[in-house]
Amino acid sequence: MHVLAISGSLRKASNNTALLRALRGEAPEGVEVELWNGLKEIPPYDGDDDVVPGPPEVEEFRARVREADAVFFATPEYNSSIPGALKNALDWASRPLATNAFRNKPVAVISSSAGAFGGVWAGAELRKILGAMGARVAEAELAVGHAHDKLDDKGRVIDQEVLQGLREALDTLLAEVSPALAAA
Amino acid sequence: MSSTETQVGIPTGTWQADTVHSRIAFEVPYAVATFTGEVPDFEASLVDGALKGVARINSITVKEENLQAHLLSPEFFDAERHPEVTFVSSAIRRDGDEVEIDGELTMKGITRPATLTGTATGPTVDHFGATRLGLKLETVVDRTQFDMNWNMPLPNGEPALANEVTLTADLTLVGQEA
Repeated sequence: MHVLAISGSLRKASNNTALLRALRGEAPEGVEVELWNGLKEIPPYDGDDDVVPGPPEVEEFRARVREADAVFFATPEYNSSIPGALKNALDWASRPLATNAFRNKPVAVISSSAGAFGGVWAGAELRKILGAMGARVAEAELAVGHAHDKLDDKGRVIDQEVLQGLREALDTLLAEVSPALAAA
Repeated sequence: MSSTETQVGIPTGTWQADTVHSRIAFEVPYAVATFTGEVPDFEASLVDGALKGVARINSITVKEENLQAHLLSPEFFDAERHPEVTFVSSAIRRDGDEVEIDGELTMKGITRPATLTGTATGPTVDHFGATRLGLKLETVVDRTQFDMNWNMPLPNGEPALANEVTLTADLTLVGQEA
């Protein structure tokens, strides 16, 4: 099982990227979590450039999503919503809607922020966007508030509740990939 | 009755829908208008007084392909995992032209009781000698009962899409030779 992990934050010391690194360590046997770091390379969406094939960075992103069994997002919250770079990448990936790479793709969304609410509005917004794109949005909801307090100075997650939340979110996502196994 | 038909019950035997002359459709209030669509790939039969229908949701047809894609997605029908909508009757009552059919409707893998109401016409013999029975039926379902919860608020705060959806089946059933 191959899970593509996408952080909505570009900065090196991102709390959200740190959560995804921790997720990699929490994955059960047989589940590979791969961090995608191509977000910054995606050009701004322009309908005039939306041809077949699209820009190589976009085609690479679409291919990575298609190859993955599931996609796990961690997003910060900018102005009550998701970062523009992340929305831009999703806008590219969503085209054309009827056959886009996220169609029926199991996805999970978590969020984190330095504040108390943990980016809960960004998480909700991202689930809405992915649903509109036709993704299979797992009912995993983790919003990590005061995220910097949950990490050590090397960016490792030291909070057991957060690690547990990550494991549960991943389990919920994996159950969407193979509902027959989960029901057994 | 002004009709010359004398048979007013639900006939026995096997009747198959002539899908060229039949239609499965839906309509739902959307913003200030009504959103409509059809599911052209379907089968329906009436066998010894029991009506069964199956509609393959991947054939859903609306006027805009992006909306079609949205309807097939997990937010609505989830056609990948639940490709069929089915109805199976448990009781049919006919009184003159009026007909009422109890049964179970399954959408998105969820089964709920439903009563279809409408009119029955015939059986009558067409110009090629086949015997035809017409059923024009509708029912209103709450889509949220079938795990179709999508909505968006309009600027005035009201939801854009109603929960109550009218399903219609306009069936021409052709009697099969025994």
